[in-house]
Amino acid sequence: MDATVGLLPADSAALVKAPPRRRFWRGGPRGSDTSWALAFLVPYAAVFFLFVLYPVAYGLWLGHDPASYRQLFSDPIYLKTVVNTLIFLAIGVNLHLFGALLVSGFFMRRNWRVRSLLLVYILPWAVPAIPTFIAIHWMLNGEWGMLNNLLYAVFGINGPSWLNDRWLALGSAIAAYIWKWMPFWTVIFLAGRMAIPLELYESAAMDGATGYRRFIHVTFPLLANLYLICTLLSTIWTLGDFNTIYFVTGGGPSLSTNVLATLGIRDAFEIDNPQLGMAAVMSALPLLIPLVVVLMRKLSQSRVQL
Amino acid sequence: MSAVTLTPSPHRRRFHPLALTFEIVACLMLLIWTLAPLYSMVEVALESKDDVFSGDLFPASPTLTGFWTVLTEGYWYVARFWHEMGNSLYIGLITSALTLAIGSMTSFVLGRMRPRGSWIVSNAALLTYVIPMSFLAIPFYRVIQTYGLNDNLWAVILVEVTFATPYAIFIFQQYGASIPVELDEAARIDGASPWKIYTRIYLPLMAPAMVAVGTYALLLAWNEYLYLFLLLSSSGNMTVPVALGQFLNSDEAPWNLMMATAVIYAIPPIVIYYAFRRHMSAGLTMGGVKG
Repeated sequence: MDATVGLLPADSAALVKAPPRRRFWRGGPRGSDTSWALAFLVPYAAVFFLFVLYPVAYGLWLGHDPASYRQLFSDPIYLKTVVNTLIFLAIGVNLHLFGALLVSGFFMRRNWRVRSLLLVYILPWAVPAIPTFIAIHWMLNGEWGMLNNLLYAVFGINGPSWLNDRWLALGSAIAAYIWKWMPFWTVIFLAGRMAIPLELYESAAMDGATGYRRFIHVTFPLLANLYLICTLLSTIWTLGDFNTIYFVTGGGPSLSTNVLATLGIRDAFEIDNPQLGMAAVMSALPLLIPLVVVLMRKLSQSRVQL
Repeated sequence: MSAVTLTPSPHRRRFHPLALTFEIVACLMLLIWTLAPLYSMVEVALESKDDVFSGDLFPASPTLTGFWTVLTEGYWYVARFWHEMGNSLYIGLITSALTLAIGSMTSFVLGRMRPRGSWIVSNAALLTYVIPMSFLAIPFYRVIQTYGLNDNLWAVILVEVTFATPYAIFIFQQYGASIPVELDEAARIDGASPWKIYTRIYLPLMAPAMVAVGTYALLLAWNEYLYLFLLLSSSGNMTVPVALGQFLNSDEAPWNLMMATAVIYAIPPIVIYYAFRRHMSAGLTMGGVKG
């Protein structure tokens, strides 16, 4: 989901024991209260049935025809698209999460330089995605884009035309994606790091853990669960990401940088074949469903206070 | 190891000159990385139409004409600028209000009344939260037609509400857990109905979380592109990102005006973001996953 703040695992309350929850209607609400409860749930139920359940069912129905899968698999663009999607996930997700983890450590320094940098650093997250991706598209133009002009001005080299080569274009899109979303995850990990009690670091220092060993033996184990949940969540969001590819590369050159999300939309609306588009989207389900299952289990195991 | 200083908290660390250099270099690199695309956007917006393709690193003769043209709708491409901004604002505000209303009512039942079977609703919300929005775009297109909402701003509003409420429900429930149940019980004993408890006790105490979620929903709708592009076709229903996208690949695109539009369009979210930053991060860290 784009532009998300996101349900976040970062948990400062993790180490504080939550008081036992009570319901003020023991054994659940009774009588007229039940009617009240139902009435309160009606709006959400309506939204869920009309705008989640029905579209999902309709989508599954659209994508049920084996013929559209045969057509899809015989399309040479489809294979490229799958490869692109996997690369985007493998590199994009890991790079920006690990980067965010490292950078969040940097932002733990509390001096004025770092503090004021944090204010600027979160800008990509605050600025709407479309204008910035359009700006990046412009920036990467081989002739008049700022990147190549900068390369020429500083190093005297003629940069490649970034968007005219499949791998360069895909790499650019991944970089744009990292640029846009790394600040968000950095803030999450920063919150996670701040929740680690100082006493732990103090006793670790007593035992001689300093520098990178402090990270390996104290910080990372404590953040591991958070990191895993963020990875799962980010993988799902990245899989559904449409804007980055659509605006940075436009799927080009010659349709070689599409991912499943953009290919689905293209097939459904530009080629005007919704079945084919839905088939493209649904071919991501073998990856998406396990992710969703693991994530939901993970979230409930971790006792999310729902 | 007598020299082990118990100063693990980074703000108390003494700076070695090398560490200071490292820090400054790291700061500069992050700064350049972060600002380059934004600078590129502003740079083009400040150029005049003829200089756009010159490839200068700095505008040769910086001018605010681009911004002025956009603000006064002085060129056919930006002739409906304020109308488009109005559409974005309209969609954002209504999405925000509906998300707050539906989300708080649902979370009140799930978190306070807790009838049997409420886990089904929780899981339904969680499931919605993890479905990638763009994957439902294709069926949504038809479904909206079935509902007769084709080319209607309400279609987009309802889509945004659908995807924003699950988040609202989680945040409200987590925040609501910190409000003592004794308040509800006391009100019950005084004979207050659930509706009274909801409006008089629950909502006022939830105000900080409402600010966070309301901002989130507003920004979600403001930043939307795909559904606006698919569900709204007439020019009267166009919003700024759709207008920007339309010209992206055309040769006649007035790039300086496009970038000026982009900058103006990006300002409200930035202002909102920084104004509510504390609330936003409160919402973020409220998550209840045990580390």
